[in-house]
Amino acid sequence: MFTTYAPLVVDGLADAALIFFVAVGLTLVFSVVRILNVAHGSFYALGAYLSVVIGAFLAGRGWPVLSLAALVISPLAIALSLGPLLERTMLRWTYGRPEALQILVTFGLFLILEDLQKLIFGVQPYSQNTPMQLLGTSRIGGIVYLNYQFLLIGLALVVGISLRLLLKRSRIGKLIVAVVADEELARTVGIDAPRVFVLAFSVGVFLAALGGALASPTIGVAPGLGAEIMVLAFAVAAIGGLGQIEGAAFAAILVGFARAGAIYFAPEFQPVVPYLVMVAVLIVRPYGLFGSVGLRRI
Amino acid sequence: MFRYVFSLAVVAALLPIGVPWLAFVFTIAVSKGLAALGVAMLLRGGLISIGHALYFAIGAYAVAFLMREAGIADLLLLLVCATLITTIAGLVVGAFMVRYRAIFFAMLNLAISMVFFALLSKLYYFTGGTDGLRVATPTILTIQLSRSTFDIILQMSVLILMIASALLIDRYLKSPLGEALRAIDSNEVRLEYLGVSARGTIWAAYTVSAGLAGLGGAISAVAIGHVVPEMSYWTVSGQLVLIAVLGGIGGVPGAFIGAFFLELVQTFAVGLAAEAWNAIIGLSLLIVIFFLPEGLYGLIQRLERLRASPK
Repeated sequence: MFTTYAPLVVDGLADAALIFFVAVGLTLVFSVVRILNVAHGSFYALGAYLSVVIGAFLAGRGWPVLSLAALVISPLAIALSLGPLLERTMLRWTYGRPEALQILVTFGLFLILEDLQKLIFGVQPYSQNTPMQLLGTSRIGGIVYLNYQFLLIGLALVVGISLRLLLKRSRIGKLIVAVVADEELARTVGIDAPRVFVLAFSVGVFLAALGGALASPTIGVAPGLGAEIMVLAFAVAAIGGLGQIEGAAFAAILVGFARAGAIYFAPEFQPVVPYLVMVAVLIVRPYGLFGSVGLRRI
Repeated sequence: MFRYVFSLAVVAALLPIGVPWLAFVFTIAVSKGLAALGVAMLLRGGLISIGHALYFAIGAYAVAFLMREAGIADLLLLLVCATLITTIAGLVVGAFMVRYRAIFFAMLNLAISMVFFALLSKLYYFTGGTDGLRVATPTILTIQLSRSTFDIILQMSVLILMIASALLIDRYLKSPLGEALRAIDSNEVRLEYLGVSARGTIWAAYTVSAGLAGLGGAISAVAIGHVVPEMSYWTVSGQLVLIAVLGGIGGVPGAFIGAFFLELVQTFAVGLAAEAWNAIIGLSLLIVIFFLPEGLYGLIQRLERLRASPK
């Protein structure tokens, strides 16, 4: 019993962890900046590319251990460079405009970033397995697990909990909540709302790129990656309720297990599962499992 | 507005004589223009669908299945049946869609189209999986023509279809049902007070828009001779919205202007900068959104008014 289902549980949780990083980024950006960012998947792809390239470079120079550091440093670099830049030049224009327009602006951004990525990294697939080899495997109950999977699960927990603490306990979190609740009032009491937007958007970019970087040892990095993860992140964020961080965590686990389960029992249906769940949830509860019409976000 | 449609028609009619390879570009542009017209209709009601590639793909696959399973080979019959099938699909899905607005409408459309995409790619024995299905050259009035002659006839038929649907949709948008659609965007509650059913209005528009997208998909299936699951991918849906907004949703010609612009840019960009054509399209989209909120059609109209106004 245990030996049959334990790998499924680990696979499901590891998959959930990877989805969680992207989905929670999307949901955070939506809840603060109020924009459904269609270009979110592109940051994931950029994170994956950059960490693979830097990781391979470092491993080639005899510093394989540093390729683990590259998994965190490259998303940070992407968030610091692209986050403020894109928010200031592009997103700011769309605040308060119709949703259709906001979605389209980010779709335009998505198209540009996709081509930029092709121009920089080419169209050939990349992959790396140094991080996985470094961490090795462990044998529990006669089954061999990749330690990397445990690292993913641990990191997802850390990110989830620190986001929660950041929003509920820290000063900056309280400022964010104030701006989300009532931007006008927040401005009148002297809160720098534009800075809050830049920060929230950049954190969202970081989370997407981090998801990509951490996923890069487990997948082939090739064009189309961003578009693929985009819809998955959408699905997870929608299932959990847009703007709900706990919702995103719950939905990520749900979808992670559904996907892992599908791989075990009906592999050909693995790609359908997240969207079937999404359709089912949206039909019954349009605002997602954790969302509701009047509920305060975050 | 019909000046645009007719001048386009004249240009199109001369294409196969002057530049034969542009005839194919024209056919594909119209097929996407029809689908984008459907999306533009919904946008007038303030509803953004990032899932209309679903109907584009249903139309395309309907053609492939009708040829393979039902043995239908006639071009006209294929287009009519495929459009009907898609319209029925739109009617059924629309019954659920009418309950949703704004971002939830967008997301449910996306979800359903992605389910369809995943099924098309995975049900290998039925749909041919990621390889897709081949579509043979249809017959015209039981006559089997050579591919090049067929292409010319297809292009002419597509031209007629474009004009016919542009006129019909223009009538529809100017009818009470079409005007009610615009009121959905401005104030749905007041519309209901007037005794008009908001859901009924959206349902009608959704069904018509699905049918248009299906017709577009059917045309492109016949023109390309191959259908693939990617036709229902979300980026295609995004592209349809892009075409609608690029062209402008103020009038029927907008969708077609947007489609021609996109296809021409794509055709020329492939030669000049193959890796960057998406970026070019993305940039033009951003420019249009920021500086020409009414799209290319709005720009043309504004220039016309400038010329017409006395100095």
